[in-house]
Amino acid sequence: MSALEDLYREIILDHYRSPRNRGELESPPAVKAEGFNPLCGDEVIIYLSTKNGVIEDIKISGQGCSISQSSASMMSAAVRGKSFEQVRELIDYFKQMMSIHESHLDQSSGQESENTEITEKQLDLDNIGELAALQGVVKFPVRIKCATLAWNTLAQGLDESESTKQ
Amino acid sequence: MDNINYTTNTIKDGADPKLPSDDGNLLDVESIKQDFPILTRETAGGRIRYLDSASSSQKPVQVIQAMDDYYRSTHANVHRGVYRIAEEATHLYESARVAAGRLIGASHPGQEIVFTKNVTEAINLVAYTWGRANLSRGDVVLLSEIEHHANFVPWLMLAEEKGVELRYIPMGKDYNLDLTNIERLADGAKLMAVTAASNVLGSITNLRTVSAVAKAAGARLLVDGAQFVPHRLTDVKSIDADFYGYTGHKLLGPTGIGILYAKRELLEEMPPFLGGGEMIADVRLDGFSTTEIPWKFEAGTPPIAEAVGLHAAIDYLGKVGIDKIAKHERALTAYAVNKLEDHFGKDITVFGPKTGSDGDRAGVVSFKFADIHPHDVAQVLNEYDVCVRAGHHCAKPLMRCLQVPATTRASFYLYNDEQDVDALIHALDQVKKMFG
Repeated sequence: MSALEDLYREIILDHYRSPRNRGELESPPAVKAEGFNPLCGDEVIIYLSTKNGVIEDIKISGQGCSISQSSASMMSAAVRGKSFEQVRELIDYFKQMMSIHESHLDQSSGQESENTEITEKQLDLDNIGELAALQGVVKFPVRIKCATLAWNTLAQGLDESESTKQ
Repeated sequence: MDNINYTTNTIKDGADPKLPSDDGNLLDVESIKQDFPILTRETAGGRIRYLDSASSSQKPVQVIQAMDDYYRSTHANVHRGVYRIAEEATHLYESARVAAGRLIGASHPGQEIVFTKNVTEAINLVAYTWGRANLSRGDVVLLSEIEHHANFVPWLMLAEEKGVELRYIPMGKDYNLDLTNIERLADGAKLMAVTAASNVLGSITNLRTVSAVAKAAGARLLVDGAQFVPHRLTDVKSIDADFYGYTGHKLLGPTGIGILYAKRELLEEMPPFLGGGEMIADVRLDGFSTTEIPWKFEAGTPPIAEAVGLHAAIDYLGKVGIDKIAKHERALTAYAVNKLEDHFGKDITVFGPKTGSDGDRAGVVSFKFADIHPHDVAQVLNEYDVCVRAGHHCAKPLMRCLQVPATTRASFYLYNDEQDVDALIHALDQVKKMFG
């Protein structure tokens, strides 16, 4: 598989063409979080409906490249019905998958990277289902921000949801 | 200083750019490409098709060699040492200043050119020093909607700090600035700051009109020439510009050196910018006085090797001929736009003035391709070694006018030819296959 085919796997193009959980929720009561990628103008807006620390519903709107939008779509499918704790774990997990690039940079400067070890140990790709399809992105460092945009925005949404509860 | 013969001794004999052999109007692009190591680098797909010169141009061996020679034979800090190489370095640095001034027709190139880091810093310098000293609450600065962020944000910062009022010349339906109401917009303006050529649309501003309006309104005129000076003959006197910025790395020179032209009397009056060594006449425990222009605005060790490289780049352009480059780019841009529109029909929307119309148009072709995001377009083009820019091109207000989040942009320079355009079209066919 060429690097380009690895980046644009069929499942990614499928989520791009038919995004899941597309739409809006009335906010409030739903929490609304917006994320922008200033480099390319990608925009992801996430609406979260939560109850007792669980994401009951999630909707995504916004616009952007295939990587940012399919990542958001896959994410929405993966986190619906999950507890905040599980979702935060998944966010960490996903972002670690996307941080391989940084560990490469560390290696090339001759430094031992703690990142590499963690990454190899924890990246059990079978566990995250179709999200694993996004791992091809790490070969294209500038696109990592596209892939992580939705996840960072979701983390913002969780923070906001938790802070409004308190 | 103005009498210095600024032909560098760093360009080796026989390393002149390749000149056209037959028709004096045409560039021999294939020979020119040979001067640019990156463009002859072999890749899996053959050659790099570099269509991103609006972002930064590539460098000819003459520039690379001049900087290398400088570091090998001459380097020392400028304006300080009395030893031979320090004097030589100072001479090279100041000669570059004169060359940078002559390129744009400055009357006093030795005094009216300030070296900065880039155009962004040049505009910030004006906003920070002239702007803070001369603008106050309610004063009007007239910009345009199509500016690069470098000519928006410094003024937005001043608006926040001082309460300066910003107004904008709109973009017309033909993608040129709509100057219909410019006199009304300019009423009460103390400064007009506009781009000479849009980095997104390729539209070229009618600076004679803008200048006449500015002068009638009693406003100073600042021009962002980043996209103009490398591609068209420039004369700051003919448009009576008060401030004019351009940058080295877009005209075959190195990164890290920008040029601010300002009229001598303005530089004399303006307060200094950064404080430090080089810019002072005297420093006491209770104060300081500034040195003469232009050094008053050049605190710290300046970009010396970069100035040497810039000078070599200006010489290179002079030998090829900027008028010829302009002609070449106009023909290539018309070829590109026609071919893209013929080949892709409704799938493509080019944002920019029509080619072949009365007015001039720069070699910048921004477009929307089907509904495919520019990042995806550029990613697939990369697979075919076609280098284009995808994004908002540091012109977000303009993106909002165009109602797109981003565009794909191909831009041309003297080393591009029809084969580069054909490679772009072939690669776009593949994009369509993948995402269509």
